[in-house]
Amino acid sequence: MSTTSITVRETPLVRFLLRRADDALILGHRLSEWCGRAPSMEEEMALANIALDLIGQARALYAYAADVEAAGHDEDDFAYLRPERAFGNLLLVEQPNGDFAVTIARQVFFSAFADLWWRALAGSADPTLAALAARAEKETAYHLRHAAEWLIRLGDGTAESHARAAAAVEALWPFTSEMFEAEPDEAALVEAGIAPDPATLRDPWRAALAEILAEATLALPESGWMQKGGRQGRHSEHLGRLLAEMQHLQRSYPGASW
Amino acid sequence: MVSAPEPSLARLRRVAGAVPDPELPVLTIADLGILRDVRIVGGTAEIDITPTYSGCPAMAEIAAGIIRAVEAAGFGRPRVNTVLSPAWTTDFMTAAARRALREYGIAPPPEAAARRPRFAALPLPCPRCGSAETEELAPFGATACKALWRCRACREPFEHFKCH
Repeated sequence: MSTTSITVRETPLVRFLLRRADDALILGHRLSEWCGRAPSMEEEMALANIALDLIGQARALYAYAADVEAAGHDEDDFAYLRPERAFGNLLLVEQPNGDFAVTIARQVFFSAFADLWWRALAGSADPTLAALAARAEKETAYHLRHAAEWLIRLGDGTAESHARAAAAVEALWPFTSEMFEAEPDEAALVEAGIAPDPATLRDPWRAALAEILAEATLALPESGWMQKGGRQGRHSEHLGRLLAEMQHLQRSYPGASW
Repeated sequence: MVSAPEPSLARLRRVAGAVPDPELPVLTIADLGILRDVRIVGGTAEIDITPTYSGCPAMAEIAAGIIRAVEAAGFGRPRVNTVLSPAWTTDFMTAAARRALREYGIAPPPEAAARRPRFAALPLPCPRCGSAETEELAPFGATACKALWRCRACREPFEHFKCH
């Protein structure tokens, strides 16, 4: 039967998988918004390729969540038929593309985290997660290299590109702390060796960022007030608009397929 | 006189493994290391494949290609399973596959897909003239598995199958 909304049969593992799948899906969707608008043909392909990898990673995590949930849902149901408050992605990934510097700074922040996170997950006690991570970590390392090279080019470029890169880093910095906070319901997964404790990734992430920003002649921002709420479903105004576009077809024509 | 019939499991492996990659028709799924196992269970052919890049849109086409080829070979409709572990890397590509890629004009991934330092250059010989004087034009290409390079010696652009 066709429906416009699903209720997920939640367990800590299902919630954990959906949050991480949501990160990848929402950032993948954001990057896809550059299609037809990127600054050069090569960058058009790069952003579309990174988006494709992220959406592929999201599909794998959603498919596994569907197996674990065993409620007859599939990856499309999770993407298209959940309301905004049911999404547990980081606030960082839903932030608008802004100028190219904002897109690149967002990508560096997220990829530097995801690079560490997938590598840690590759040692998961859960064999499905370990296998997914072994594949995704190579792609993510590639994304990080590309985004970091751009941030360095922008920061160490003209006065204009430097100013825009510096402004982008400052503007997105308050969204970075949320990456390192585990939800209380993840403690048992961490304990069982299924999920990495994101708090342990904070120092290596900061070290990677310090190296990239130094190369880019950009300052590492001071740790000040930090935004959070995405993991709990309290999103910025931007996610609702993104979902309105992404989910429009399934909401308007439930069960539509082609 | 006819030759002895090939055992059906070996024939199934050959038929399934010969399915070409839709984006790299010079390679088969056996060359790429995508074919993991074949079985005949209760009269039904079962084929295990492993996904390559997370976002590779060719996987659905590969599964459809396997079903077409196996049915055409008289095995009936097969079941195609996805196996995740161990995760595919370019290390699963055979030596023959690397040679075929090079002859096709695509620089194959270096062997042993180890992590390289973030900003280290990748030495990659030109697949046409063999020169080491090559440079990356763009790290992402027309498909999820390729990057764009050029040779400074023979001046030819070429594609590189990413090392993943």
